[in-house]
Amino acid sequence: MIKLEYPFSKEEIRKLKVGDMVLISGKMYTGRDAVHKRIHEGTKPPVDLNNQIIYHCGPVVLENKDGTYEMKAAGPTTSIREEPYQWEVMKDHGIVGVIGKGGMGPKTLKACQDYGCVYMHAIGGAAQILAERITSIDNVYWRDLGSPEAIWELTVEDFPVVITMDSHGGSLHEKVEQESIENLKGLL
Amino acid sequence: MAKKKVAKKKVAKKKVAKKKVAKKKVAKKKVAKKKVAKKKVAKKKVAKKKVAKKKVAKKKVVKKKVAKKKVAKKKVAKKKVAKKVTVNLVKNLENTLIDLIKSTSTKLPDDIQRVILDALEKEEKNTSAEYALGIIKANIELAKKKVQPLCQDTGTIHIFVYHPEGYRQNAFQKVAIKAIEKATKQGFLRQNSVDSLTGINDSWNIGPGHPDIHFFEHKKKTVEVKMMLKGGGCENVGIQYSLPNTSLNAGRDLDGVRKVILDAIIKAQGKGCGPGVLGICIGGDRGAGYAYSKKQLLRMLDDTNPNSELAGLEKDIVETANKLGIGPMGFGGKTTLLGCKIGVLNRLPASYFVSISYMCWAYRRQGILLNDKNEIKKWLY
Repeated sequence: MIKLEYPFSKEEIRKLKVGDMVLISGKMYTGRDAVHKRIHEGTKPPVDLNNQIIYHCGPVVLENKDGTYEMKAAGPTTSIREEPYQWEVMKDHGIVGVIGKGGMGPKTLKACQDYGCVYMHAIGGAAQILAERITSIDNVYWRDLGSPEAIWELTVEDFPVVITMDSHGGSLHEKVEQESIENLKGLL
Repeated sequence: MAKKKVAKKKVAKKKVAKKKVAKKKVAKKKVAKKKVAKKKVAKKKVAKKKVAKKKVAKKKVVKKKVAKKKVAKKKVAKKKVAKKVTVNLVKNLENTLIDLIKSTSTKLPDDIQRVILDALEKEEKNTSAEYALGIIKANIELAKKKVQPLCQDTGTIHIFVYHPEGYRQNAFQKVAIKAIEKATKQGFLRQNSVDSLTGINDSWNIGPGHPDIHFFEHKKKTVEVKMMLKGGGCENVGIQYSLPNTSLNAGRDLDGVRKVILDAIIKAQGKGCGPGVLGICIGGDRGAGYAYSKKQLLRMLDDTNPNSELAGLEKDIVETANKLGIGPMGFGGKTTLLGCKIGVLNRLPASYFVSISYMCWAYRRQGILLNDKNEIKKWLY
């Protein structure tokens, strides 16, 4: 297990390789379909994303009567839908990591190399294990997008991920896909 | 003299006669008077009788009125009881459906847990695949313990209601909507219903197409409700093929069906939160095909297809998929698929569809049998 702690840096990120199991502690921001579309259309993000991690996640959050929030479930959503936009966020806003599930495509993989970023795979559907590692909800932005699509600022401790795309052109998804297609040929 | 005497006697006789007449007249008058009197009495009697009759009639009317009032009161009372019973039935159904939602969202049925635990045993130690399944196992336990959603995407709410003849479907739908709103406010469901044109998501999972309720009349007198929560990640990798498919070299036979199913598994890798389960329909039109493919997911994971050819294909698909090396989450590994369920509908001569629905490992489905008070009599999975 590798520990990755806030504040994150490009140097540390460059050290990570496909297959590494990592526990993240510190800050991250959720951001999924509507957030990426809005940024792509030219709206400035409400927070400075430089050296930050974006988590593809639409959590279940309960708002208490005193205005505080309670995290009920927070697993990753499928990342490939952000493939048209993610490289741009890496280029323009200097993020160092993206957490999601299912992996991403060649545009994102190239941007990971060009701008020093990694794709971190969280376990899809493991909403309770992951919600438990979120120690506080610190803020929420772009609430008008609806609770699952808003940007939630989270503090996490030992948040478990596997590096499946690194900043050196390595992609576990590409590798498994090619192997599975080869395997299938022998099974038809 | 004698004449005079005679004359006198005559006069006397006449007098007597007159007197007699007078007496008779008097007598007659008396009789007449008596008659009149009698008549009067009779009239009076009649009048009295009439009065008496009227009184009786009045009394009867009063009695009738009282009786009517009593009946009316009884009717009101009955209605009140009926209303109470209806209210209780409605309230019970709402609570029952909230319980069903809670259980479906937070607990994985035993038949599914078993295959996941088997898969964890089979994976090589100290691999990403084993790590992923280990976290999945821990997540199942934690969600159950904390009574919180297994997965944050609580998905489309599919409800299948099996009911006897004459069941009030609209009334059920109204109660289901209330139950869903409450369960969402309690955090068992995510706000998951987005207006497709405006992008607004401000309801409590209610809107056109949400929830997705299907009614089926059955011969039994009881009511069964089955529920499935199907997340967007796995729904997005569902796919429909039209055979023949030239690029996959798939013809209109079971071998062609097998080829497109395996293609769907390759395409879904990583994205549908594997290892998952396939629900498949061969035939039907495009709409019926997808609907029936989802209905296959209501089957127990360890059942056997009554059609031996399809049973063979189901087994073969699982075994073949698990030789592809895709593994849990697409990390590479031994378990790619947990199950495959295939159903068949007739098709048009011109069409041959294979509709495939993918269900993620967080296979949230549950069912209940209701008693006559709309309480849960039995869990079905």
